[in-house]
Amino acid sequence: MASTNKDPVLVILQLTGANDYLNTVVPYTNPHYWDARPKVNIPADQVLPINDELAFRSDMEQFKAIYDKGDMAIIHGIGFANSPRSHFRAMDIWHTCEPDKIGTDGWVAKVIRDLDPTGENVLKGVNFGQGLPRAMTMRGVPITSVNHLASYGVFSSVSGINSQEERTQLLDSFSRMYSPAIGTGPTMEYLGQTGLDALKGADIIKVAPQQYSSTIEYANTSIATNLKDVAQVHLAGLGTQVFYTSYGPFDTHFNQGGSHAKLWIDISEAVDSFFADLREHNASENVVMMLFSEFGRRVKDNGTGTDHGAAGVAFVIGDRVKGGMYGAYPSLKPENLTQGDLEPNYDFRGLYSTLSDKWMGLDAVPIVGGQFEQMTFV
Amino acid sequence: MPTRQEIALMAHLMRRAGFGEPRSALEARAIMGYEAVVEELLHPELLPAIDEELMYRILPGYEGALGPPISQADWMFRMVNTQRPLEEKIALFWHQMFATSNSKVDNPPEIGRQIAMFREYGLGSYRDLLVELAKSPAMIFWLDNHGNHDGAINENWGRELLELFSLGEGNYIEDDIKEAARAFTGWTIAPKIPRNPLGRFYWNFEYKPEDHDNREKTFLGKTGNLNGEDIMEIIVDQPASPRFLARHLYRFFVADEPDVSSWNSTPPNDPAAIEILVDAYKQSNGDIRSILRVLFNSDFFKNSLYARVKSPAELIVGTVRMAGNYEGFRPGFNNLALECAWQGQELLNPPSVEGWHTGPAWIDAGALMRRVNFASGVMGDTSHPGVKSIINRVRFQESNSPKTLVAVCLDSMGPLQVSDTTLKELLSHALKGGELAWDTPDEIKDSEDRVGKLLALIAASRDYQFA
Repeated sequence: MASTNKDPVLVILQLTGANDYLNTVVPYTNPHYWDARPKVNIPADQVLPINDELAFRSDMEQFKAIYDKGDMAIIHGIGFANSPRSHFRAMDIWHTCEPDKIGTDGWVAKVIRDLDPTGENVLKGVNFGQGLPRAMTMRGVPITSVNHLASYGVFSSVSGINSQEERTQLLDSFSRMYSPAIGTGPTMEYLGQTGLDALKGADIIKVAPQQYSSTIEYANTSIATNLKDVAQVHLAGLGTQVFYTSYGPFDTHFNQGGSHAKLWIDISEAVDSFFADLREHNASENVVMMLFSEFGRRVKDNGTGTDHGAAGVAFVIGDRVKGGMYGAYPSLKPENLTQGDLEPNYDFRGLYSTLSDKWMGLDAVPIVGGQFEQMTFV
Repeated sequence: MPTRQEIALMAHLMRRAGFGEPRSALEARAIMGYEAVVEELLHPELLPAIDEELMYRILPGYEGALGPPISQADWMFRMVNTQRPLEEKIALFWHQMFATSNSKVDNPPEIGRQIAMFREYGLGSYRDLLVELAKSPAMIFWLDNHGNHDGAINENWGRELLELFSLGEGNYIEDDIKEAARAFTGWTIAPKIPRNPLGRFYWNFEYKPEDHDNREKTFLGKTGNLNGEDIMEIIVDQPASPRFLARHLYRFFVADEPDVSSWNSTPPNDPAAIEILVDAYKQSNGDIRSILRVLFNSDFFKNSLYARVKSPAELIVGTVRMAGNYEGFRPGFNNLALECAWQGQELLNPPSVEGWHTGPAWIDAGALMRRVNFASGVMGDTSHPGVKSIINRVRFQESNSPKTLVAVCLDSMGPLQVSDTTLKELLSHALKGGELAWDTPDEIKDSEDRVGKLLALIAASRDYQFA
């Protein structure tokens, strides 16, 4: 397993519900910002300036520190043409790279397929959360999806399993019930293979919490728990190269102030703990984390919150990331807005291409469905 | 006492026309007779409805709350506790075929009203249902018909109506879409009250004659000053309509079929069955109740045992109905609704206007793990009334042998038909514990525990994934 330890690893953190770009990387000296955001803004004396024009919101101290250290790329104006204002449709496009039709295969699943074409390691891609994101869905690509690492496994919800021996017996029975049964038809066979994949994944992954020890204390939030689980699996050296998790809800139509602040406090703390944990174990240098959201929010606030918008911001974090700002903040001038929203100026598939090609070492074209402008942050 | 075969057939009918039934209910229904049960299912109006006043008094949040899980829980409650199983099942069918999603509508109670409309019209005339669908505020918003104006048409509703809701691709031309869109101009929703700061409101259908295109249109060869109702009249008389509907009904009630998007190039698995359903449509002028009567009484239906992968809703509702742990007014339906979403079927929020991908597409390693853990967790809990009654059935058999244990458990959970591989493993698992004993309190506890574990194992099997 040690040999795979230094393979490139990608951690994807999805900000579900559409993160407000303007109140994350704040154009704090731009008069159009103050015109559009009389109520829902980050006071200029509270921001954490990056330069004369842009600043992190006040709650992102750890993000600011990571940025100052040169380990964070800020990707401006990300999105796609004719951005739909529907969460689901937009998220679907981010997941499948299909802006014009309903796609079925996820881009992350394609990355995993290309990393492990025979599907030998069922832990090549691991999702932490409830249910699998469409980005990781593709027939024939085994993915392990974990809600709580400590209790993960087949029969984890059966009460009254009294001993390890009894559990092993049940799991053995499960395994034999799902073994290939000739002549039962393709669906039965597919179910059998999928069941064995799930069992195998659970079996291997359970060593991760057993082996883990760390001095880092993560916060008591679901994103911190999930990133701690990611760290444990990464440190166990199981060959996982893509981790996926999400946090939210960022859908701040109403009373945005407190909720948006809390989300970014939680994320900043959790990301900081995660990288500190990896560094403590000398296991950070092959890890890159990408944060994205399905779109940004309306430039003009609605009094207490913000409605659905278009262009957003993505972040890429890691020891080997060339920190700085990439692309340009879209114009806030009213005449340059599209239906009141920031116009995206960088196609998200360029970000995926950069990560697939320059970080994971894969041919990005079949993954994202074409050639897109790559960036130089790795 | 009905024969085992009669019980098996009744169980099949109830899994498909409803969400499954515990063994005792199946016996009572089998005594009624198959055709009589089909008639009862087809006439939900003759059986008591859910007492909504009581339901909303005890579970007040279930009436029109902001978050989708509450409206989903409302539906979960009905699916589990209804005495009119086909009413809920047909609503789920239309929700799959006329998929309307909260991701855009962002108004769960309003989609809930669409589901209520499916309950009311879902077994009646197809033509009337299509007209109600066109008037459904959630649908109007979902497919942008409120933005479809005289002189400035929006084709979204017109296109999906023909492509996904009635004829299927290849049975119309682009001009028909435009003409249909023109005919539905002026079909809109009453002015919306802004959501902030007061929250969501129900919408109402509104016909605005001043925004309706009153000029001549030609739709599928028929010319005139057509309005929306005329479009539906023309659609239901097209030869493609009964065929398209028949394939949907077959896929939902009879056996897994390829995805709708491939229907143009892939013939049905059982063309003769489709013809029978098409005939039933023609004979009855598109009366859904009559078509389903033919379907449920047909040989192709009766021979399709376990030919479909259960949807998450079927798996969850069927399992808790069998275990009896969600009967009546009690908290926790939100959890069932969330579980359904996590298994890949978020009610009121299908992934797109094409609905969910069904059959083997329900299954991936993550979803399968959830299905297995959910069903085995419920069936392995010996405190649930339905599980207790299975334990009692086992206990009062003449034989205490492992073989009898396996046979009675499989019989009680279906009767579930399992592969040789599964059966062999269940037997070998049961043999490890030897004969059951029921004499001392310790023996009873141990035997109860063993039945629970075996039920959990059966619920975890591949075979249990099929309806």
